Amino acid sequence: MEIPEQEFLAAGHRGCAGCGATIGARLALKMLGENTVAVSATGCLEVITTPYPETSWKVPWIHVAFENSAAVASGVERALKSQGKDDVNVVVFAGDGGTADIGLQSLSGAMERGHRIIYICYDNEAYMNTGVQRSGATPYGASTTTSPHGKESFGEDKPKKNIPMIMAAHGVPYVATASISYPEDFMKKVKKAAEMEGPAYIHLHQPCTTGWGYDPSKTIEMGRLAVDTGAWILYEIVDGEFKVTYRPLQRKPVNEYLNAQKRFKHLADEEKEKIQNYVNQVCAELKI
Amino acid sequence: MTAVGATVKEPGSSVKNKTGSWRTFKPVLDKDKCIDCENCFLFCPEGCITKENEIDYDYCKGCGICAEECPVKAIKMERG
Repeated sequence: MEIPEQEFLAAGHRGCAGCGATIGARLALKMLGENTVAVSATGCLEVITTPYPETSWKVPWIHVAFENSAAVASGVERALKSQGKDDVNVVVFAGDGGTADIGLQSLSGAMERGHRIIYICYDNEAYMNTGVQRSGATPYGASTTTSPHGKESFGEDKPKKNIPMIMAAHGVPYVATASISYPEDFMKKVKKAAEMEGPAYIHLHQPCTTGWGYDPSKTIEMGRLAVDTGAWILYEIVDGEFKVTYRPLQRKPVNEYLNAQKRFKHLADEEKEKIQNYVNQVCAELKI
Repeated sequence: MTAVGATVKEPGSSVKNKTGSWRTFKPVLDKDKCIDCENCFLFCPEGCITKENEIDYDYCKGCGICAEECPVKAIKMERG
């Protein structure tokens, strides 16, 4: 796969050293090219790339509130359409908070109305920008500042909300999960999403050094561990047809993923076993 | 065009902010060992490594992802 050299996200942004969100945005923009309008909900990526009066974006970009990125993208798509510009990609970059929690209603509306937009949720599994508060996408057992572990609690007590499947239930032509640690798989999915006639949704798993608690050099390694243990699964659903796009040859024990991160370090064997059982169940359902 | 709200008219202007000053350790590439796999280029959060494996130290924050992901250990992290 030939990967374009040209960058559409400039250096100088304020992302943490080892930031996974900027890797995701860089790779996606490489596939979408210069004929793209980007929309960002409030979140890490928005804050780090646009410290006013600077911007890292080299394509037209709009920042909107947490809750309405998909609504604004719908408007941009319709405006371009009315001008006869059918060859422009309209892409949304929103975090898991802006997608699973606050932006869900506008996203659902945009998906249901059938706008030709590409919605990429970069999922770092909590509100990292404001100081690691739990979101609907925070996984079971993770310690965050609003689901802290201690004598009375083992951390987040709810499983991760399954947003890609909620999107699939809208009957949109393209839904995929991806990981920044599998760049070719992700970039192929972005390309496919851009070729769709209707809405496309990509849920990008993106490790976060600050919120998850691991050395910045391990960002890619952490994403790979998630996929290799079955804690995150790479698949796509094209016109309703489900296909796993990457199967680990041999699934690693989920402990390897959990023990590498500070947010799971406190978990007792009992909770870790619960997580392993949950992962086994999901993997059995999806034939991993 | 009249600008409404906060508008930035210069694309990619964040390059004014040289994040290289954040760095403690810097990646140094041994070109003889390099096999041009492009991992460092793909995985750099700053986008400051070219396909020709040139590292732009003006922006490198020293995260060490490139050294970690190099399959032949051609990148070493050194102080500076």
